[in-house]
Amino acid sequence: MLDVTNLRHTFGSGASAHTAIDGVSFRVERGELVCIVGPSGCGKSTLLRAVAGLITPTEGEISLHGQRVLGTVPDDLAVVFQDYSRSLYPWLTAGGNVELPLRHRPLSSAQRRERVRDALSAVGLDGAAKRHPWQLSGGMQQRVAIARALACRPLLLLMDEPFASVDAQTRFELEDLLLEVCREHESTVLLVTHDIDESVYLGDRVLVLTSSPATLVADLPVGLPARRHQITTRASEEFVSLRAEVARVLQAGGHADRSGVTDPEVAQRWLRSEAQEAAAPTNRYLRGP
Amino acid sequence: MTQTQTELPARMVIGFLQRWTVFIACVIVWQVVTGLVQDPYFPTPVAIVETMYDLWFSGPASHLFLTDLAVDNILPSLGRLLSGWAVGGVLGIGFGIAFGRSRVALDYVEPLISFGRALPAVALLPVFLVLFKLGTPVQLATIVFGVVWPVLLNTIHGAQSVDQVQVETARAFGLPRMRWIFGIVLPAALPKIFSGLRISLSLSLVLMVISELVGATDGIGYQFQVAMQGFDLTIIWAWIVLLGILGNLLNWIFLGFERWVLAWHRGARPDEE
Repeated sequence: MLDVTNLRHTFGSGASAHTAIDGVSFRVERGELVCIVGPSGCGKSTLLRAVAGLITPTEGEISLHGQRVLGTVPDDLAVVFQDYSRSLYPWLTAGGNVELPLRHRPLSSAQRRERVRDALSAVGLDGAAKRHPWQLSGGMQQRVAIARALACRPLLLLMDEPFASVDAQTRFELEDLLLEVCREHESTVLLVTHDIDESVYLGDRVLVLTSSPATLVADLPVGLPARRHQITTRASEEFVSLRAEVARVLQAGGHADRSGVTDPEVAQRWLRSEAQEAAAPTNRYLRGP
Repeated sequence: MTQTQTELPARMVIGFLQRWTVFIACVIVWQVVTGLVQDPYFPTPVAIVETMYDLWFSGPASHLFLTDLAVDNILPSLGRLLSGWAVGGVLGIGFGIAFGRSRVALDYVEPLISFGRALPAVALLPVFLVLFKLGTPVQLATIVFGVVWPVLLNTIHGAQSVDQVQVETARAFGLPRMRWIFGIVLPAALPKIFSGLRISLSLSLVLMVISELVGATDGIGYQFQVAMQGFDLTIIWAWIVLLGILGNLLNWIFLGFERWVLAWHRGARPDEE
């Protein structure tokens, strides 16, 4: 459904040119939830913005449902940004924010109201339609942003670090909420995160990007059952080995990039020690040496 | 809750006293001093209030007790002030939004704007007098020219400061152009627009009086001229006090309106108040 082929993006030109993405290709099938994981500042947000049509990539092809996306925002696409406090409009109520993207669609006002009500109730905010974003907690605000995206019934839902600005408890709640509403709506989601655990927990597939310029180093299917649970899933063998795998790929990719280690034996030793450490619940692989 | 309720009247009285004690004391001192000195240039507040009543409020009941003098001068002045302010405001907001969202357009007009805003509107009075002769067009032109700049500059600034995430959100959801301008840019710029409009409102009072002093056959400014020629200082003081009251009243109404329109803004950024 979404095809990204050989995507390259370079900011600036001449001596100050900085290549953010270097030849990334992947495909997202209808109904899939695909997570892109990579270290902070590796170019994954740039990738997402290119898919959203917010920037025109230097090279490569992006097509959504056969329709080319190059610097024009495709229809039937919705985005949830990390910074909910800035992406919600403070002069509109929660209901008004959800309704805004629907107002230029061919819907009757009754249909529109129904969609707003359904979307808000899908994220558990039935009574909050008349409240302003600043009257809601951070987690509730991000729920409004998710409801706004869902109400559009998008062909593709793009999420840029959607849970990075909420506390851990809220984050778990929102992750489960996302899985639930995606299952109900059969949504196709492309989610960018720097958190390995989150990518494995949420994804049907995990795409691993290495540091700037971003290149795709692994495309890992997630063999976890469709229904996931914050405690049991995270404790399961499959989860632990997958997150170790992702961490290993990230570390190997980043390591080789930085010091030019290509000796297979050295790399093997790296991987082994990383695998042991990866069992510990931490994200420090992402911070790099 | 009950505590607040019992304390509320007391707090209101205290608040009123804090606000008005110095003002009332000044009026009393003025009354005492002018009563003792008996200087014809400085009439007592009581005399001024009596004159104000005689001048404007001693009319027939059918005219809400307003005299012809009040109806024929205060109303035209208020009309010019408000319409000049409104026209200047609309122009300032319209062009401000356009220039604020188009860097190229702003680059072209920036020298023109900085030149125009530096010109005192009063300096153009002779031009307007020659162009329009005496009467309302002179006042309107002066007020519009004077008030358009603060609104324009504030609106440009407000329209430029739409948050980048808000911009991208609107683009990602494919908002059509009109909804983008009126649904996003305008409300985002509103807090700045309102501060421009507030400055402009007090400015338009000043410009109304000045332009009527030289270029009108009725209005508050014109009555200053009449009273000046008659050397009647009590009447001049009465008009001065009226201007003070009008200025406060307009500002007060405007603040109430602003508070109502921008309720979301005070809620969203309580620390900025």
